[in-house]
Amino acid sequence: MDVKYYLRERFFPHLWCAGCGHGIVLNALIRAVDSLAIKKKDMVMVSGIGCSSRISGYVDFHSLHTLHGRALAFATGVKLSKPSLNVIVPMGDGDALAIGGNHFIHAARRNINITALVMNNRTYGMTGGQFSPLSGVGTKATTAPYMNIDREFDTVELASAAGATFVARTTVYHVKQLQSMLKKAIKHDGFSVLEVLTQCPTYFGRKNRKGSAVDMMNNYRDTTVPIGSDKKKENPELIERGIFVDKNLPEYCQAYADLVERASA
Amino acid sequence: MAKKKKLKKHVINREWCKGCGICVAVCPKNVLELDKKDKAVAARKQDCIACQLCEQICPDLAITVMVKYVEESASGDK
Repeated sequence: MDVKYYLRERFFPHLWCAGCGHGIVLNALIRAVDSLAIKKKDMVMVSGIGCSSRISGYVDFHSLHTLHGRALAFATGVKLSKPSLNVIVPMGDGDALAIGGNHFIHAARRNINITALVMNNRTYGMTGGQFSPLSGVGTKATTAPYMNIDREFDTVELASAAGATFVARTTVYHVKQLQSMLKKAIKHDGFSVLEVLTQCPTYFGRKNRKGSAVDMMNNYRDTTVPIGSDKKKENPELIERGIFVDKNLPEYCQAYADLVERASA
Repeated sequence: MAKKKKLKKHVINREWCKGCGICVAVCPKNVLELDKKDKAVAARKQDCIACQLCEQICPDLAITVMVKYVEESASGDK
């Protein structure tokens, strides 16, 4: 496959730092779309603000770069007006769960057929490394020079509780799994949430002495386990990877079309 | 007959490569390394098994591993 077919080459090299995990997500996303054989004109990327949101500018799909945290609201509008399009919403952890927390839970509750990609680097990279709702207790950030005391959200539990019908988590170290989960999330008929743990070597890594991008990726290998692994029982600190929720419930656009048909009968 | 994936060549876009070294670290056969200008180069091409992991993990989308499929010979020589 030719990656460049899906890219807006004039914007390359991209603005992400050396070793930023967001580039790996972009790479995997293009391969997932290619192997699903979805045409470029049937793809829409709607993003908000942040490093992760820049992904929509790099792909040669329909794209909307919208307000901070409000990408899901715009995406809901796009999807409802043209349900045949595949809508993907790449968001950062702060964009999705702090500024856009409300949109996130309500999009999940409605079960609208959108793929929400939460690229979790545990910091606000673009604005200088402030702590985010996914940073977690004990981490350091520009705005928490001694220590962050705010507990973090668990994206998977939050999305499941809010009613998302496909919830999965993986990391950028596990690229093959990332590609297959992206494919499943795009194909799923309903609201799908895929949390991808990605490294920010520039801010999160530097502030928390996590080493280089390579060290941070190796850390994902060592601190995550597949769902149901025995290692998790021995060490509850480990983070589980895999598909947590995958169920079929009435999809919002379909339910709306059915309602219109019933009302006009 | 089974077809085997073989390396044709590595195409590395030096303008896009930022020298993060992720490809160097993930390569199972230690084929890649960073040169003096911190750009990835295929220093040991002969060891490449064409797994294309570097291509799939490169955050800068700078690596393409061109492959060819060759018939595996009946004698089973590799």
